[in-house]
Amino acid sequence: MDFGLDPEDELFRQEVRAFLDRELPADWLGMSVSWAGYGAASGELEGPVRQTFYKKLIKRGWPTMAWPKAYGGQDASFTHQYVYNEEMAYRGAPESGGIAVTYVGPAIMVHGSEEHKKKFLGGIVRGEISFAQGFSEPGAGSDLASVTTRAVRDGYDYIINGQKTFTSGAHLADYIWLLARTNADVPKHKGLSMFVFPMKTPGVTSRPFLNICDVLSFNDVYFDNVRVPQDALVGEEDKGWYQAMTGLDFERSGVARFAGCRRAMELLVRYMKETKWNGRYLAEDPLARERVAETAVDIEVGRLMALRIISMQTRRMSVSNASSVSKLYGSELSQRLARLGADVMGPFGTLTRRSKWAPLSGFFELAYRNSVSATLGAGTSEIQRNILAQRGLGLPR
Amino acid sequence: MDLGLNETQEILKKTARDFLESECPKSLVRAMEEDVKGYSPELWRKMAELGWLGLLLPAEYGGAGGDWVDAAVLLEEMGRALLPGPFIPTAVVAALAILEAGTPVQKDKHLSGIANGDTIISPAILEPEGAFSARFIQARAAEDAAGYVIDGVKLFVPDANVADYLLAAVRTSDGVGSDDGVTVLIVDARSEGIEVTPLVTVAADNQCEVALKGVRVSRADVLGQVDQGWRLVRQMQMHGAAATSASMVGGAERVFEMAVSYAKERVQFGRPIGSFQAIQHKCADMLVDVDGARFITYQAVWKLSEGLDGEADAAMAKSWVGDAYRRVLAHSNQIHGGLAFSKEFDLGLYFRRARAAEFAYGDGVVHRDAIARQILG
Repeated sequence: MDFGLDPEDELFRQEVRAFLDRELPADWLGMSVSWAGYGAASGELEGPVRQTFYKKLIKRGWPTMAWPKAYGGQDASFTHQYVYNEEMAYRGAPESGGIAVTYVGPAIMVHGSEEHKKKFLGGIVRGEISFAQGFSEPGAGSDLASVTTRAVRDGYDYIINGQKTFTSGAHLADYIWLLARTNADVPKHKGLSMFVFPMKTPGVTSRPFLNICDVLSFNDVYFDNVRVPQDALVGEEDKGWYQAMTGLDFERSGVARFAGCRRAMELLVRYMKETKWNGRYLAEDPLARERVAETAVDIEVGRLMALRIISMQTRRMSVSNASSVSKLYGSELSQRLARLGADVMGPFGTLTRRSKWAPLSGFFELAYRNSVSATLGAGTSEIQRNILAQRGLGLPR
Repeated sequence: MDLGLNETQEILKKTARDFLESECPKSLVRAMEEDVKGYSPELWRKMAELGWLGLLLPAEYGGAGGDWVDAAVLLEEMGRALLPGPFIPTAVVAALAILEAGTPVQKDKHLSGIANGDTIISPAILEPEGAFSARFIQARAAEDAAGYVIDGVKLFVPDANVADYLLAAVRTSDGVGSDDGVTVLIVDARSEGIEVTPLVTVAADNQCEVALKGVRVSRADVLGQVDQGWRLVRQMQMHGAAATSASMVGGAERVFEMAVSYAKERVQFGRPIGSFQAIQHKCADMLVDVDGARFITYQAVWKLSEGLDGEADAAMAKSWVGDAYRRVLAHSNQIHGGLAFSKEFDLGLYFRRARAAEFAYGDGVVHRDAIARQILG
């Protein structure tokens, strides 16, 4: 048993830290509060740093470090990926790469044609193209396999009709990565296919709407007789569900969430030591002390759940259950932490970043709002529990 | 980095599980709740032969030279089996305290006895006035020409009724700093002036009140330094907390397994109750709790194995595992329905033992207070 990382991983950690020290402003808080949820990362909150910072990451090839060298990656070990994700998240660094790097690229490597690989992978590595994930529909959320957006063959083309919703970043994306029904006469999981085509294709319209963080990210996306060529299909027709569910061989520890939580806790602790309320420092309040201690231990437990996943991945063990554990536990923990931070600040914890009175520029207020999405996005807590119970523990359906 | 067990530890785990399944059935656990001694000397002897009692001791004292991770593996199995007896107080807490703070004479006198099963030693720390804190050590040891004379009351002393010696934390001076003035004495448990009264606890687990009236102890029986003993007491607390956490992980895992298999078998409304999401979600939550409990404990015992400072980690483990075990039990109780409340069903044994374990070597409140002081000052 060994909880320490190898010297080469720790060296790499120093390199990432030095980079972040250099490239992020000294007072950078990380207002995307990504540890708390999925909805606050935006150009508006992160400012111009976002673009220049991302270009520098691309130059180092870090966003795609996990990719095979053959596709422009660095074949980075799981522990290297872990260190990178941990350090980036600890500093609240701007989002890098998004689903293009973590999902679309890898899916193309596994299921795409040679044409697809040529067309997309280089562009993703260079940070030139972005994707929106067209999965959820008004009638298909947790029951994702029930999507009704139709793709019907017409000669060498497909004609697509339907609607997606909660599609993050669709109004800014170059391409849509779409799950659509190609066969309505078979059980629902067996008639789905995966497509990729430009958002600019005639007949595609997106309507962005605000989330409760006041960030414009969600979209309704409408497909009105959208004609796409046959090579918009990725992989096999009717195999889209299984392709979408294929686990990808990257680090899946969820360490980013716990590293971000650790940083947020440190900010809160510093604030409590510096701030007086009711005639004493917040750090002296017995109730708050108990909750801070409890949550700090919770965060450490989460970090170990993540480390354990890396340990399993390094040993080439399956981590699908362990990563559901990490997601379920981490998302609920981040909600408790966001609430704790906002609670400790009392009424000041309700002030948004637009108020001069807002503690920590409204960091915890925004986290509190954002944390609603933690247990909804990427599979709700209820779906995670279903998966753990049915697939992990073998309980009957 | 590798969070798994090595081959030797996997073998130890399997050996321990097989041994305890045959030698420590629940019938024995129940019998020991009613037993005056509270443990089986015959089983204790067999554990000594297996090298368990000297697991953490070096070979020169008849020990097996194992490390803390080995001990955790064994303790998980003991917690799973609900093994009654003074293993943690004697073979972990007292053994390590004497090994690390004892004089050569003290080590020779006590350690081989622990390893071969002849000697039972228990820490006697808590008192009626307050929680784990140097200022509540008020049992006085007055110095005279012959040594020390102790007067005071110790509570929640594990297995004092069968102990040969007690490691008693006593006040030898009023101290300048808040942690000064405490000394650990090795007290012969059969000395004149000692009265041991078993406490009737929720777990029927052989904790005792120890009243000390004019109890004489020689200077040679000071463990560590006079007036500077609180550090050693903290170390005993840390070791006890880490060991108890490991044993609770084993118990929690068993309680969780019982719930999952029962959920698969028990039919209501024409289907196994495990097919209902209300039950499935409880099972998933138990899985999360058992996983978290295991790895926060492993980190603490790994640090102790490496000779690193594990005090904060042991505190984190003990506080988190205690809460997690309680949550796991609450879910398992609910899934088992009325069975959970029936004395003849084994789940209640775990429920009662877990309650006692939660408070052994510091409960969540005590450990979180230490954590808060570290974080917030």
